[in-house]
Amino acid sequence: MNAMNPDGYTTADGRRIGPVLMEMKSITLRFGGVKAITDISFDIREGEIRAIIGPNGAGKSSMLNVISGFYVPQEGEVWFRGERRGPMRPYAVARLGIARTFQNIALFDGMSVLDNIMTGRLTRMKAGLLSQAIWWGAAEKEETANREKVEKIIDFLEIQNIRKTPVGRLPYGLKKRVELARALAAEPMLLLLDEPMAGMNVEEKEDMCRFILDVNDEFGTTIALIEHDMGVVMDLSDRVVVMDYGRKIGDGTPDEVRANPDVINAYLGVAHD
Amino acid sequence: MFYREAGDFKTSYASDSQTFPIRFDRWRYYAILAVAFGVVPFFINDYWANAVFVPFLIYAIAAIGLNILTGYCGQVSLGTGGFMAVGAYAVYKLMTAFPDVPILIHVLLAGGITAAVGVLFGLPSLRIKGFYLAVATLAAQFFLVWLFNKVPWFYNHSASGQISAPERAMFGVPVTGATATAPVKYLFCLAILFALAWLARNLTRGTLGRKWMAIRDMDIAAEIIGVNPLTTKLSAFAISSFYIGVAGALFFSVYLGAVEVGEAFGIQKSFLILFMIIIGGLGSIFGSFAGAAFLVLLPVLLKNLLVGQLGWATDLAAHVELMIVGALIVIFLIAEPHGLAQLWRLAKEKLRLWPFPH
Repeated sequence: MNAMNPDGYTTADGRRIGPVLMEMKSITLRFGGVKAITDISFDIREGEIRAIIGPNGAGKSSMLNVISGFYVPQEGEVWFRGERRGPMRPYAVARLGIARTFQNIALFDGMSVLDNIMTGRLTRMKAGLLSQAIWWGAAEKEETANREKVEKIIDFLEIQNIRKTPVGRLPYGLKKRVELARALAAEPMLLLLDEPMAGMNVEEKEDMCRFILDVNDEFGTTIALIEHDMGVVMDLSDRVVVMDYGRKIGDGTPDEVRANPDVINAYLGVAHD
Repeated sequence: MFYREAGDFKTSYASDSQTFPIRFDRWRYYAILAVAFGVVPFFINDYWANAVFVPFLIYAIAAIGLNILTGYCGQVSLGTGGFMAVGAYAVYKLMTAFPDVPILIHVLLAGGITAAVGVLFGLPSLRIKGFYLAVATLAAQFFLVWLFNKVPWFYNHSASGQISAPERAMFGVPVTGATATAPVKYLFCLAILFALAWLARNLTRGTLGRKWMAIRDMDIAAEIIGVNPLTTKLSAFAISSFYIGVAGALFFSVYLGAVEVGEAFGIQKSFLILFMIIIGGLGSIFGSFAGAAFLVLLPVLLKNLLVGQLGWATDLAAHVELMIVGALIVIFLIAEPHGLAQLWRLAKEKLRLWPFPH
């Protein structure tokens, strides 16, 4: 099976899937006596769209929080780009090239759309305090160079007309898009999306799907996403992890997962006969 | 009609992110600068300097400082008076220890010392937020005032426990002490305010400012995109305290001349400057100016009106003045919580379309 090839393979639609980028090994996460995640292992390959699905309370968001450094698991190892990642503060994880969006939008309401997206590039802005204070030399050059990158992302996500609008005034769907833009501005290697389609209408969902596919296709960004809409997940993703009650009950291509009896039980309930 | 963006094309990102993107704004700003530096010094007398201009300039520096911390970085502080006292006592010790050094150097060094003290008292902000942080900074306020009262070294063992500014000069012209003239005091404060306001504007529109605002608006999201909360919060405390320290140093050395710490830098000073930035507008450099002007001018105007025009007794007028200022603050918080700066922004948005709003 081509998915087992350690060096990667080419998908049916011609995208290149590379070697393993991130690997979770036997992760267990406890909050006091409550086990949120029990002994879960899976990997994410370069260039793929990897979905994590499961019923409410299955531990999907906790898993994403482990990846982004928010929670430190009590047991298990997190490997990123062939190296074991020790316990790390979230801002250090961001500097490794992992960006994310949130289930409930986490934008900076007091700032304009442009400034919000510019914050996505903070990890790449290195000018010293003095240069920033007098707005001269390195700081000014850096500001312009990064603004150009940000403008490309603004074009890509088609939000040119709201560039200078304060984020607090935007409708929900656009906020989700701005949050994606901020995550993209970091030019991450791994992009984590926590329910990118939650609360959207069909049209907005289609837009968002298109953007996710385009991001993956044009920038080659690896994407891990959590989503409830099964149609969307099955269409978008290369491989799917299914969780239930903090355990992994399925892992594989959308077709494999769909045929898995445990997954059917978790979603549809067990037939009592 | 003349206040328009139309025809004012931006051809580079640098020109799009400048401080005054509209041409009319720029000219208005240059005109104000020209009047402030070129005209006012020739007409200023002791009354105008002491009652209006010098306190306004000094409070504006302090308000910008507190606005960086509270308005931009979202860390509430009630220790402003205490930090101003640090600036005042630092400049006093420096002035008396090194009499030949220009006063400007002393003032800036006093700011630096205050920045270090500010970072020290900012450390709890890493663990506590909001009201609890406000209480922690309140502890700084009371501790610092107590310290300067209690340890005679700070006031050079003077019998009265007060500190008073000796005559010190800049380029041979006395700036502090009894012989300093009104135009010199005014220009000295104005030059410092101009430089500090310009630096603050640059800092708040660049990388560091975005980090501060990210921490203010949502600290968890800020950390996720790569902002280190430790260094960001402490940088806000350091820079804010530098401004407040400079303001305290000027308040003592140039404006008052002699100071009793509990009286000049007590808790009411902390509240006064907090009111300035709330009325002026949190997160706005212009708001710091507007708030300082409002709270410096209002008592002067009311006093002139009530005592000068209506002939009320001075003590009655003083009490009524307190009531009016208090009422205005409450009205402001209800009607326009974002302060004078927001009113100004709305006026400008209306002006852009005036006189054809459709």
